[in-house]
Amino acid sequence: MNLISIIIAALFTQNFVMVKFMGICPFLGVSKKKETAIGMGMAVIFVMAISSAITYAVNRFLLVPFGLEYLQTIAFILIIAGLVQFVEMFVKKSMPALYSALGIYLPLITTNCAVLGAALLNVQNGYNFIESLIFGTCSAAGFALAIVLFAGIREAINEKDVPISFRGFPLALITAGLMAIAFMGFSGFTI
Amino acid sequence: MKQKNSIFLNGLIKENPTFVQLLGMCPTLAVTTTLKNGFGMGLSATAVLIASNALISLLRKVIPQKVRIAAYIVIIAAFVSIIEMCLNAFLPSLAEQLGIFIPLIVVNCIILARAESFASKNSVGKSALDGLSMGLGFTVALCIISAIREFLATGAILEIPIYGETIQPASIIGMPPGGFLVLGCVIALINYIVRKQKEGKSE
Repeated sequence: MNLISIIIAALFTQNFVMVKFMGICPFLGVSKKKETAIGMGMAVIFVMAISSAITYAVNRFLLVPFGLEYLQTIAFILIIAGLVQFVEMFVKKSMPALYSALGIYLPLITTNCAVLGAALLNVQNGYNFIESLIFGTCSAAGFALAIVLFAGIREAINEKDVPISFRGFPLALITAGLMAIAFMGFSGFTI
Repeated sequence: MKQKNSIFLNGLIKENPTFVQLLGMCPTLAVTTTLKNGFGMGLSATAVLIASNALISLLRKVIPQKVRIAAYIVIIAAFVSIIEMCLNAFLPSLAEQLGIFIPLIVVNCIILARAESFASKNSVGKSALDGLSMGLGFTVALCIISAIREFLATGAILEIPIYGETIQPASIIGMPPGGFLVLGCVIALINYIVRKQKEGKSE
């Protein structure tokens, strides 16, 4: 039951992008086309699932026993940076088309606050291994859901006639605001 | 002296990290619910930015090219941990309000962007100055957005009520959607002003 409520919260009621404001940079940057948004979403799900598991293990078996909790931030970001490097090499070798589509944003997953945020929230909420893994994966899935929906909307409004000052980034922000209002509709939804 | 002035104004206005370069959007949206939070976040990020820029500039000839990003991140993370401990010790109420966004200063794109594009190429003094100016630009941007949001959402600035109880404040501005809407409108306004200025010059 607890696991189900974690899944629902991570996907909808506490959506990382729309409610907690994590991972806004790639959310606004890579959402011009649906294909790249899907690729980015997949890459983030992959990285966050693995990073949640590894950071949990490192925290539980290395940092806590030696009383080194104050090194959490440094340790976690190093793990994530290494992991992203690995994913980058993997995607470059096996999916060159996706690699050129994601371009600069793949290494930037390191600085996607959602990844580090999930790792830190796992510790703060005192989740066990399974809960951490589920929370990381579903939060990333929530991110992917938001970015794919957002890319779909942006593709549709791209050719519309909007006031010049609002073109581009401001319009994207307003759109995201309206989406966030829609996501607030989930807020009463608990199990 | 002239060059120093131009570095300083560069970060504050011409290349304002939030409004012009559109970096560091997550804290900009998340912590700007009240002016106090926005100001605290801005100053914490400024402190990290100055310290990390100075140290990275100092070590720029020692750090090997291939692992530079990892090295920068470790340096930044160390300073962020220091700031986090200081805030927890001296300003616990602010630390609680900002919550997870203090450790997340590590992944604020502004800091890494300045390390990569400025501190790794310039002298220590200039880099520290660049950190100060970029940090202040970020702080000013956060203050503007958080003042607007606090005013619209609660009818108060710095918890001092402005328009009493006659008007019902729009509490949605204080909730997550309000962050997107306010930032979108502010950037549109800046675009408008910049465009008008350019038109005025070309006539």
